[in-house]
Amino acid sequence: MAIIEVRDLRKVYGGRPAVDGVSFAVEEGEIFGVLGPNGAGKTTTVECVEGLRVPDSGSVRVAGMDPVADHRRVTQLLGAQLQESELQAKLTVREALELYSACYEQPVDWRPLAERLGLGEKLGARFGKLSGGQKQRLFIALALVGGPRVVVLDELTTGLDPRARRDTWQLIEEVRASGVTVLLVTHFMEEAQRLCDRIAVIDRGRIAALDTPSGLIGRSAGSTVISFTPSRPLDPRELAELPAATSVTTSATTGERDGRITVHGTDDTVNAVLSLLARHHVTAHQLRVVDATLDDAFLDLTGATS
Amino acid sequence: MSALTAATPSRAAGAVLRAELTLFRREPGSLFWIMVFPTALLSVLGSIPAFRTPDPEHGLRMVEVYVPVVVLTSMVMAGMQAMPPVITNYRERGVLRRMSTTPVRPTAVLASQMALHGGAALLSAVLSLSVGRLVFDVALPRQLFGYALALALSVVTALALGAAISAVSRTTKAATAMGAAVSLPMMFSAGLWLPVQAMPELLARIMEFLPFGAAARALGQAAAGDWPGLAHLGVLALWAVVLTGASARWFRWE
Repeated sequence: MAIIEVRDLRKVYGGRPAVDGVSFAVEEGEIFGVLGPNGAGKTTTVECVEGLRVPDSGSVRVAGMDPVADHRRVTQLLGAQLQESELQAKLTVREALELYSACYEQPVDWRPLAERLGLGEKLGARFGKLSGGQKQRLFIALALVGGPRVVVLDELTTGLDPRARRDTWQLIEEVRASGVTVLLVTHFMEEAQRLCDRIAVIDRGRIAALDTPSGLIGRSAGSTVISFTPSRPLDPRELAELPAATSVTTSATTGERDGRITVHGTDDTVNAVLSLLARHHVTAHQLRVVDATLDDAFLDLTGATS
Repeated sequence: MSALTAATPSRAAGAVLRAELTLFRREPGSLFWIMVFPTALLSVLGSIPAFRTPDPEHGLRMVEVYVPVVVLTSMVMAGMQAMPPVITNYRERGVLRRMSTTPVRPTAVLASQMALHGGAALLSAVLSLSVGRLVFDVALPRQLFGYALALALSVVTALALGAAISAVSRTTKAATAMGAAVSLPMMFSAGLWLPVQAMPELLARIMEFLPFGAAARALGQAAAGDWPGLAHLGVLALWAVVLTGASARWFRWE
């Protein structure tokens, strides 16, 4: 059974639909990503799941309950980290953890949680004196302190340095391993690719695609990227005609003068490019073959509309 | 399980109140203006010899006249100066929103703020009355129940006015400015610059329609041993109802 079910969700602000018919279902134990450009409606969507906003139409269910009508019961099992919120400036980390523990019927022990998030040394520090990363880690702790079945994390690693970001990702994986479902809003492709089982790409209030990260990448045209600098100029048209080649970019089009060529295609294209080079007696310098990333897929999926 | 669910909301509300009390104690500015300033003012006025001699016209000493005035000053400080910026700041910074994602409603935060500011104002009133009695030999209110009733209504009105200021102010800065602007006529009507007893008849009449003008009259009557005038209590109650309604109507959680 799906633990989060969003059906045909609509929310209009000032005559402009922020969310325009979004539907998805998140299975228990899943890490589900919501990805999209700024202003696409990601935050509005998850705020409806958290019960902070009342949908104009459509329905939202968390464990079968309406987050607005059943606010108390839904919030017992849903922990949230909001994109833009702060705590009382003079509240210490310890006081915040104690306060939020007391809000729930069956909270977890906040001490190990604070240790795990690297807040052990900061328990006596006031919220207003914390760095951006420390605040963010405290908010993650507060999202987990109620012992939730679902956590909604909005822009989880914004403001964290790369190392703290990686630590946080590991923590999220541990959280999921303990059976908690994670709904993750992000605009970091690397984060989505690393953590998510499935991703909904939201663009202009609608779902542009919903798939596994590899499914999204594979779906985008040209999932393998071959790039090289030929020892002498090649006719890009010849490359474009190769099997499964979806696009050819030369450095002339990107404005650089090194003569580098980038071909998007599949594994078949790789072999075809190599044999073409052999036929023309061209050496490929700095030849690189990489899988397309979620970045490419994302731009592909949202590019048409922007 | 059902016992547990029944116990939780009050436990959580208690935790919110405790946290807000801790934070309240970390605001020395607010504590000074609410709890220390009114009594300090009374002491300064009381140390002027002329204020301690009875007025030949109505036999009252100025220091006696000023006791209800400083009591109301603490309420203005708590309700209009201290509380609105706190609440507006909580809304502005998303403190209330964050609380909304838990089983505890953010009303618990507002209720705690009101309880703390109201409680501080009442403590301050007790302090002023005690210092008046012990240092300046001002008799305690002779109609004690009437005095308590007028005091309670005044606190509720001060908090309702503060809530209304928080409701219509979009930013903390606006709340501070509006609180200061509203405080002036409120303290004037309470008689801080010119006791109601000394005001010209027409001005005094007008002041009686303002919440703290009515409160000053009601407290003065109860202090003298009379039951506070129903008209004054009615004016206070009406303000409390109207301001509470306005706050509920215009308050935004975010």
